[in-house]
Amino acid sequence: MTLIAEIIISAMLVISGVFGLVGSFGLVKLPDPMTRLHAPTKATTLGVGGVLIASMIYFTAFGGGFSFHELMITIFLFITAPIVAHFLAKAWLHRNATPADLPPTGRPKGWAGQESVVEGDKSPQRPQA
Amino acid sequence: MIRKFLPHPLLTLLLTVIWLMLMNNVSLGALVFGLILGIIIPIVTAPYWPDRPVLRNWPMVAEYVLVVLWDIVVANVVVAKTILFKRNADLRPAWVTVPLDLRSPEAITILAGTITMTPGTVSSDIAADGRAILVHCLDAPDPDAVRDEIKHRYERRLKEIFL
Repeated sequence: MTLIAEIIISAMLVISGVFGLVGSFGLVKLPDPMTRLHAPTKATTLGVGGVLIASMIYFTAFGGGFSFHELMITIFLFITAPIVAHFLAKAWLHRNATPADLPPTGRPKGWAGQESVVEGDKSPQRPQA
Repeated sequence: MIRKFLPHPLLTLLLTVIWLMLMNNVSLGALVFGLILGIIIPIVTAPYWPDRPVLRNWPMVAEYVLVVLWDIVVANVVVAKTILFKRNADLRPAWVTVPLDLRSPEAITILAGTITMTPGTVSSDIAADGRAILVHCLDAPDPDAVRDEIKHRYERRLKEIFL
């Protein structure tokens, strides 16, 4: 029984390590800020999740009983990760994109982050697309 | 009377349960303190949620959570594969406009969060009138398919939960 638990824990740790590494590698490899945003918001979710599941199994099998802390970490992570990603994307759009770069909204109004942008006010560090 | 002290019974229950989970034990002391927090916080924050959404269709909530959890696992594998095995020159990043049928701000927030957590998409902006959402795709040879999947897989379920 302890052997099975140990095998599962080790497998989860290895999986989470691999996903964490791939997520970090994506930050280096991908070509521009918007695609780079995809690596940490996804690949690392499973990276952190794997460690948390391993920790939960470990404390249930060997430690002082079932622990809810890992569940709480997962919930808080799932709530905060998309919001941070949204902020980063919006900040990038605000500094680097003009309405012409984005698809039309299909509505009479433009995108919320572009409405207040003064025409011709581009950021100096605009990357080559 | 009961409305005055428990303006949001579900929030009270949620806060109490979260407090117990944070304390990691179910003792009387933790329960009492959790209940105190669960009663005070909704009363203090009541002005911030004047028109709170009504959830109907609880089985659909469970289905939605399971679908999203599964998609998060799939998203991790898909994005990891894209990062490892696709050359940057082969990537087809794209902006996609997803028109929204949802009206409730809470539902749109959940949809935006879901889009960010699922395969190769990040929600980046919303139309100024709140009727369309701007999505960035990591690798989308067919942007229309991405839009249709978001509308069919997530928005359809959210419409049944909220509205």
